[in-house]
Formats: sequence, structure tokens, C-alpha cells
Amino acid sequence: MTDTSPHESAHTRAPASQRSRTAEMLEHAKRLGKMIPVTIDGNPIEVPLGTSVLEAAQRLGIRIPTLCYHEDLCLAGVCRVCVVQIEGQRTLQAACSYPITAPINVSTHTAKVRRARRHVIDLLLSAHVGECYTCSRNNHCELQDLAAEYGVDAFRFGRRETRRYPIDASSHAVVRDMDKCVLCRRCVRTCIDLQEVGVLEALRRGARTKIGTFMDKPLGSVVCISCGQCINRCPTGALRANDPTDDVWDAIDDPDKHVVIQTAPSPRAAIGECFGLEPGNAITFKLNSALRRCGFDRVFDTNFAADLTIMEEGVELLLRLKRALVDRDSTAALPQLTSCSPGWVKFLEHFYPEYIPNLSTAKSPQQMFGALLKTYYTDLNGLDPRNVVTVALMPCSAKKFECNRPEMCASGFKDVDYGLTTRELGKMIREAGVDPLKLPKSDFDDPFGTATGSGVIFGTTGGVMEAALRTVLELVTGLKVEKFFDHADIVPVRGFEGVRHVEIPVTQVGPVPPLVAHLFNNWKWLKGATLKVGVAHGTANAKKVMEDVKAGGQFSQCHFIEFMACPGGCLGGGGQPTPTSPAIRAARAKAIYAEDRSYTIRKSHENPAILKVYDEFLTDGPCGHRSHKLLHTTYTPRGKYIE
Amino acid sequence: MIVSTRTGSLTFAEVAPGKGMDVALARTPADVLRWIDASGLRGRGGAGFPTSLKWELAAKSPGALKYVICNADEGEPGTFKDRVILADFADLVFEGMTIAAYCIAARQGIVYLRAEYTYLRPHLEAVLARRREAHLLGKGIAGRAGFDFDIEIHMGSGSYVCGEETALIESLEGQRGEPRNRPPFPIDTGYLGNPTTVNNVETFAWAACILARGADWFKEYGTAKSTGHKLFSVSGDCQRPGVYEFPLGITIEAFLQEVGGEDAKAVQVGGAAGQCVPRGEFHRALAYEDIPTGGSIIVFGPQRDMLRVAANFLEFFIDESCGQCTPCREGTIKLLEGVKMLQRGQCSMDYLEELCSLGETMQLASKCGLGQTAPNTFLSIVSHFRDEILGRTAAWSPE
Ligand SMILES: Cc1cc2nc3c(=O)[nH]c(=O)nc-3n(C[C@H](O)[C@H](O)[C@H](O)COP(=O)(O)O)c2cc1C
Ligand code: SF4
Ligand code: SF4
Ligand code: SF4
Ligand code: SF4
Ligand code: FES
Repeated sequence: MTDTSPHESAHTRAPASQRSRTAEMLEHAKRLGKMIPVTIDGNPIEVPLGTSVLEAAQRLGIRIPTLCYHEDLCLAGVCRVCVVQIEGQRTLQAACSYPITAPINVSTHTAKVRRARRHVIDLLLSAHVGECYTCSRNNHCELQDLAAEYGVDAFRFGRRETRRYPIDASSHAVVRDMDKCVLCRRCVRTCIDLQEVGVLEALRRGARTKIGTFMDKPLGSVVCISCGQCINRCPTGALRANDPTDDVWDAIDDPDKHVVIQTAPSPRAAIGECFGLEPGNAITFKLNSALRRCGFDRVFDTNFAADLTIMEEGVELLLRLKRALVDRDSTAALPQLTSCSPGWVKFLEHFYPEYIPNLSTAKSPQQMFGALLKTYYTDLNGLDPRNVVTVALMPCSAKKFECNRPEMCASGFKDVDYGLTTRELGKMIREAGVDPLKLPKSDFDDPFGTATGSGVIFGTTGGVMEAALRTVLELVTGLKVEKFFDHADIVPVRGFEGVRHVEIPVTQVGPVPPLVAHLFNNWKWLKGATLKVGVAHGTANAKKVMEDVKAGGQFSQCHFIEFMACPGGCLGGGGQPTPTSPAIRAARAKAIYAEDRSYTIRKSHENPAILKVYDEFLTDGPCGHRSHKLLHTTYTPRGKYIE
Repeated sequence: MIVSTRTGSLTFAEVAPGKGMDVALARTPADVLRWIDASGLRGRGGAGFPTSLKWELAAKSPGALKYVICNADEGEPGTFKDRVILADFADLVFEGMTIAAYCIAARQGIVYLRAEYTYLRPHLEAVLARRREAHLLGKGIAGRAGFDFDIEIHMGSGSYVCGEETALIESLEGQRGEPRNRPPFPIDTGYLGNPTTVNNVETFAWAACILARGADWFKEYGTAKSTGHKLFSVSGDCQRPGVYEFPLGITIEAFLQEVGGEDAKAVQVGGAAGQCVPRGEFHRALAYEDIPTGGSIIVFGPQRDMLRVAANFLEFFIDESCGQCTPCREGTIKLLEGVKMLQRGQCSMDYLEELCSLGETMQLASKCGLGQTAPNTFLSIVSHFRDEILGRTAAWSPE
């Protein structure tokens, strides 16, 4: 299970200098499987043709320091921290980007090599406004680590004390502090090659080189989709999320405010990493206790809203299908595209605005929850929505953008006041002096307490689709989904391949359940139909699917397609702890699927809290009038031209 | 009007255009390669890579689409000989490119022309049109079915580093002009991922001459390792600046006599990327095995302040570094700061040593030739002009 390598994409937009043909060539060469003997520091090893010196050294357990290299990204070979001596070569070579094509002898720590690495680090520090105390990356910064590893004890070539660049905080999601940038260009490669958005690029040259946007505009006014993937891969504090923790503390400290927090499954599966746990250990219920210790008045499970999203989005899909198949209404926009990933939504608004009618109008779980908290919940508890502050713990930086969208004010107040990333909450918990790992477990608060496994798997790519299929199949067939898929695990939509296409036949139909009886008379029109669905994660893959839809390919025949902006889905979100890698994301996914299995109720439409909400509050049912007002939204065609 | 500054007679004026191609096309590509190999021709762009080897590798590299690129970016400070060749002997250059295409089975040639030479473009286009009419370009060249080759001109887009062959290719592809990781080399992964040979303007012209006159004729001049004649662009403190042709191996002393720069204090050989040779070493030869050069010779008279010289070149590199890699981008800044400290008499010997060591790191660890050569002048001035640069006081400094 690995992400599709970005180098395999034929339409990659990264220039070769940023992408290194080596990578592509090497992938190809590696498949040839020819073995080449090499020695590294005297240790012999045979590696497949095309393996980089760095990889070969790693196999031998020899550490070569790196900075611009990142496992998820194409090669750049620009920082020169990883230089090694190859026997017979006049110059040193960058281990990360030197492909082994013939037997070579490599030395990784000769005097020349050590001196060069130390010089490179000294030079980086000389151009760096090092303010570690006040830096978001203090204590987990790759530049700091390198300085420590190489025993830097003085600023040999001086240090920069005066700032050159203003901090760009124009985006709701990403803050850029270019005085801390080491020009490794990981962000550039992330944005252009991994995500294929292409917002960031090196501007100017020589001493004036700087990472910037088109015409050096503020990030808030370009086509950035706020996915935060660049933050996750930045080795330093040059990129960080827009951090609202001070405001959240203020709200907590204000006795007149009732502060509630919802937590999404992906941060729960990753926040342990902020406290030294190995990736892949969810601490959901200990986290509840930690949040109460921090002073949150109530702790809710976003999964509840995920189940609600499935109800709304699933019924919306059935309505669209009916319009298309029964009413022969050519304006029924199919395939329906999911809308729960705000980075993806912004991507579509910028690059495929003509497909806005296809976007599900259902809000994301975060926003649905916010809307209910400031209506249903305040009604129930006699609270004034004015005094309720809703906080969302999300794996995502785009959620910050989403909660600030002007239309997200269903109750007349912001649905969600603050979006916190996993990293930011980790910081708050530490600040409160709490060690979540040592706390007892505690449950979520009512009335939304109970959640289902379907909500949990929202966090991983394919999860929304699986949850929706569980519900749609049961609503339509009247049978348990376990009858079609063992343990209700719809395995075909799982996995990490960038793009998936799955067909699920509807062999039989049952009676229309009461919940949606006001919308449908019968399901006869679905009998014998084949549900065609697609899944894509990472916007580079999303782009492939959308181009296919545009060209009338197989995805244009789909009924429903799940999109997530981030590679791996939410568990790889831009607000998750650093570092990130395919292995870390796979571990988090395992934790999420394990949590799904642990629930007794695993289908959204069986969630009693959901049924209760439809019974007591959203009384005109899914996609009814009230839910349209509170739980559905509109979109903005943005286009890709910047004024 | 096309201005050229040539001095004395050039071989290129004596070789009849067309002869080289006739000779080449009468032989197999392998024979032509052997011929070039026998001549010992090495790249005239500066690095001196054996031309026949480069072409042979490109020929062997699998691929249906191959490219011949003429590097006419001529960005090295103090070089202007390619301009003269293009202005006066464009036919020879195109002939050389066609011969290269014949050797490696390329179908397309591209001249990457320095933006400042835009004024040469109409002339070059006219020469190309004439050659097409004469069936020396296009389909079935010179009546040989299957030998299709044409040349287009692409204007350079700016910086000095675009003369570096992989940056040149990036620039051709419409990207930021930045050097790539090597390997892979252009001969297997060049323009648009296809096998590509990139050669200097002069290299192509000599290839045509070698076919016309024979490898032995070429080898008669120069040294065993640096055969033939080479064009030099001469500027600075001398009486007769201009473009000269000399056999490789000529000593700097002899050279200075020819150009009227006998009282020189130092000579910058190879432009900003080259080295600064002091008077005491004027017996050395301009040849790949001694002091290699792409042809730029800048003469410094006795009145020149060598720290100004170092500062000047470093300022050039600070601007012209593509900014990709740390040693080059940041190292050049530190060296210039060091020069300024020397000018004020404020650089300790320890720090000077540290800077020299940094210079070595830049030579070893930079990603491309620009950063690898950027400290050369600084290092040679520090080692050869110690007395001049040390012990200055702020009052002494010209700044
Ligand atoms: C920074 C830099 C600039 C260069 N500029 C030029 C140039 O302007 N013209 C040129 O012919 N070669 C230039 N070169 C050398 C080319 O990379 C390449 O080696 C040359 O074009 C090969 O041609 P040759 O083998 O015929 O010499 C430059 C190299 C570097 C590193
Ligand atoms: S980026 Fe790293 S080195 Fe720079 S100030 Fe922040 S923690 Fe310190
Ligand atoms: S947040 Fe996403 S779209 Fe925006 S610059 Fe970063 S990687 Fe690119
Ligand atoms: S912003 Fe971060 S990732 Fe981007 S180049 Fe600078 S240090 Fe590297
Ligand atoms: S050495 Fe200089 S010009 Fe060459 S890649 Fe590095 S920064 Fe760019
Ligand atoms: S890690 Fe290899 S050059 Fe940066």
C-alpha cells in the first residue's frame, strides 16, 4: 500500500530540474531489476540499477543527512547537505539524486565531505533569521536538527538578524515567513508536482531567490487551495498554519462563553505523534479527558456529523439518480462529487468551476455540526448561540478557510468559530500541562455521543464512499450490507492507489424506508442498475479524474465520485503532525480502520442520535427544507485568473 | 550592418563552405565520428569535452527523436568570439550542426541564441533559408533519402546560467533556466527527454573545417592533448583587443605580445568562471591540460586593484547564480563580504582561511559548473596577490 508515485504521472508539471528525470528514469530502470554491486564506506551491497546512493546507504543502515529530499516528492538535489564522495569523481555528489548505474565506491564521511556539509549548514544558518524560541517549529525543525547533528557551535559566517520579507498571513490557512525559508523547494514540489496546483515557485535568482506566488501576490489572493500539504513538508518554520489558539484560549477563559469542541477521527489517530507515540495509535477517549482538562465545556465526536453528511449526501445522490433515470431530467448533474474536503472544493471552484452543479450541496461534517450546535443544541440546552463558541479539531488547514467562508453562517452566526489543526491542539494540551497518554479514557458528550464506524472512516481515502455505499445499499435493498460484503468492509473502494473505479450492481431492491418515504415511492427504477463510483485522493489525482470526466471517459459514467485534496485523505491532511511519509499515513489508516471495526454500529443510518435529530429537529427529513437551510450550502466559481 | 571585431586572418575565412558536408555525406556516420575522433577536437565552450565522444554517446543512445543544439548563449564575461563566428561564418556553424545530425541521426537542430544577439537573427534566418533552398536542410538533404534535418532559432531568455547545457534545455522547454541533476546527461535525457548533443558555436564550425581539410591538418597545430586552433576574445588593458585565432598551447606571454598587453599584471583566463593568472605564471600555456579556456582573455594592467577585480566577479555570480543550491547561492555572498572586509583591512587571517576552505566546498559541492567555478577567481587572487590584498586600511580602500 503506497501512494501512487508522483513521478509516474505523465502530465506532471514540475520542470525537470525540480523533478529530476532521474526519478522517472530510475523508476523505469528499477523495474528492469538489474543488480549493481557497490560499496559504501567499505560495506558491499547489491542494489537494483537506478537506486540512489541515499537509498543504498539507508539499506545498509548508514545515515546520510538530507534536507531538500522528501520521500513523497520528486528529487531536487539543491540543498547539498547530502553530498558524498564517489571514488574517481572530481566533485562531491548529492546522494539523494545520484543514481547508481555502475559499480561505485562511496564514502559518506571523509574530511572533505564533513567539511562541505558543515559549510552548507553554516551557510544556511547565515541566511536564516533564527528565532527558535518563538518559532512554530522549535524542537522539531530539520534545520535545528542538522545544526545539532553537525555540532554547529558558532555562526561561522554570521547570522541574519534583520528581516528581509514581511510575513504573509493573507491566507486563512497558511502563513508564510520567508525569512525562515532555506529554499529547499519542498513546498514548490509539493504544490506543483504532488498536488498539481502550482501556486508556489522560486522567484528571481541568485541572492534574491525567494519562494513566492504568481507576481509575488499574497497567498490569500492566488489559486492556493489551502490544503496545507506544503506546510507538512516544509522542514522549517517558514510555512505554518494560521494559528487561532490564542483566540480559543480567550474563549475558554471567558466565563460567559460556552466552548465546545468537535474532534475528527484523523487527528485522533495522529495526535499521539505529538506526544511521542508511534504513528498508528489513536487516543480518541484519552483525548476527550485531555480536552476537558484544557477547559472545553463539551467534547463532541465529528463522526456524528459525518453520519449526518452521509444521510444528506446519500439521499441527495438518490434524488439526483431519480431525476436522471426516472424523470429523464437532463439537468440532474451526474456524477455527484463529494464536498467534504474543503481543499478539493476550492480546487474545483478554481479549476473546474463549470462542475459546481455536480458538487454535492451537503456541507462537510465540520460545518454541519457547527450549524446544529448553534441551533438544535442551543435550543435543547437553553443557550444563546451568541455565547456558544464552536471549535473543530481537524487534520486540515483548509478547514480554516472553510469555516471562514461567508456563506457558512446558517444560524446567523459562524457555524464553526475556529478550526484547530492537530498540531495546534497538541500545543494547547502541552501548554495546559496535560499528558493525554496518562489520562483515563472518557466518553463523548451527549446528545451526539454515539457515533458509528462509518463516520470514523471518513478520515481515510475511500471512506466517505464506503460509508455512503453502506447506507445507500441498505436503504435501497432493505438488506444488511454484510450480505454483500463481509463485515460490511467494502474493500474495493479501500486502498491507496491514487485513483479507483468500482462498480457495484444493485441486484435487488426492497421497500422504501420511512425516513425517505416523503421523497421516493419505490426503488423499482434502481433494480438491476450498476452503481458506478470513483475515488481519488490528492488533487493531482483529482485532476486526472476530472480531465477524464471532461473527456467523456469512464469516470464521466460514474454516479458518485469521492475526492479528497490530500494524499491519503484526511489522515494525511495539512494540519497533521510532521513529518509525513507513505508509511506514517498507512499506519494512521490502519488505526482508523481498526476504530471502525470496534464500533457496534457501523452504518450512519442506524445511528440513534441521527434518527433522533431527524425525529426531533430536522423533521422534514434528509434533504428536507430545514436541512437545506442548515446543512446545505452554495459554491463560488472562482476561476484561475487572478486580478 | 553586422559588426565584427576580428583581428588578423581566421581559418574559417579560408575553408570553403560546403566542402566539409560533401566529405561527410560521402562517408558513413561511424566514419565521420572516427574522423572527428582522430582530429582530437574538444569542445570549444570551455569544458573541453571530446566532441567525438559526446556525439558517439548521443548516437548510441536509443531514441527516434534526437536533437542537435548549438549553444550560442555566449554569456561568459569577456567572450564575444561566437558573435563573430555567427556574423561572418554562419554557414560553417550550420554545416557542423548538420554533420553532427548525420552522426547521431538527429532530425532537429536548435540554435539557442543569446537575447543580446537578436540583431543577428535576420541574417541567420536568411542563411538558413538559403540552405533550405539549396537542399542543405530539410527533407532528404543533398539528395540522400532519409536524411531529414532542419534548424530553428530559439532566442535565449536571460541569464548567464542558461549557457549551462541542462539549464539551456530547461529554458528551451519553457521552464526556469536552472541546471538539472546530472546524471542523466543530455546525451541520453536531453531536450524533451530525448538524446541531445549540446555544443558550442565554435565547436560546430571546427567540425565542418575538419571534414573539409582532414584530421591531420587540424592536428598539425596545438598540443597533443589540445589539438587545433581556437578563437580568443581579448579585452581589458591591452592595445589591440578583439577576436584572435591562435593554436592551443600558446603561452600567455606570447599571447600578450600579440595583443599588446606586455605590461599586464595578471590575466583572467576563461572569464568569470576562469582563473586569474599572475605575471609570475605567464609562461603557462592556454590548453586543456594547463589553463583551459572557452576563449575569454581579460588583461589587467599594473594599475588594477585585484580586490576590485575579485569583488566585480563575485557581484556577477551573486546576481547570476540560479539560486538553487546552497553553496553557490550563499557562498558567493560570503566571499564578497570577505573581499569587502579585506578592502577595509578587517579580515582576520583565520577568517580568510575559512573563506578559502568555503571556496573549496563551493568547487566540490555546488550542483553545476557555475557554483563550482564561482570561487576560482577569489581563490587565485588570494593565493597570488597576498601582499596586495592584505594589510589594507580603510583609508587605502578605493571604496
Ligand atoms: C554557468 C555556465 C555557463 C555556460 N555558458 C556557456 C555558453 O555561453 N556557451 C557555451 O558554448 N557553453 C557554455 N557553457 C558550457 C556548456 O554547459 C556546455 O559544456 C557546452 O555548451 C558544451 O559545448 P562544447 O562541448 O562544444 O564545448 C556554460 C557552462 C556553465 C556551467
Ligand atoms: S525554522 Fe528552525 S532553525 Fe529557524 S527559527 Fe524556526 S526552529 Fe529555529
Ligand atoms: S496550501 Fe496547498 S495549494 Fe496552497 S500553496 Fe500549499 S500546497 Fe499549494
Ligand atoms: S518554504 Fe519551507 S519547504 Fe518551501 S522552500 Fe522554504 S523551507 Fe523549503
Ligand atoms: S551552482 Fe549555482 S547556478 Fe549552479 S545550480 Fe547551484 S545555484 Fe544554480
Ligand atoms: S538532500 Fe540531497 S541535495 Fe538536498
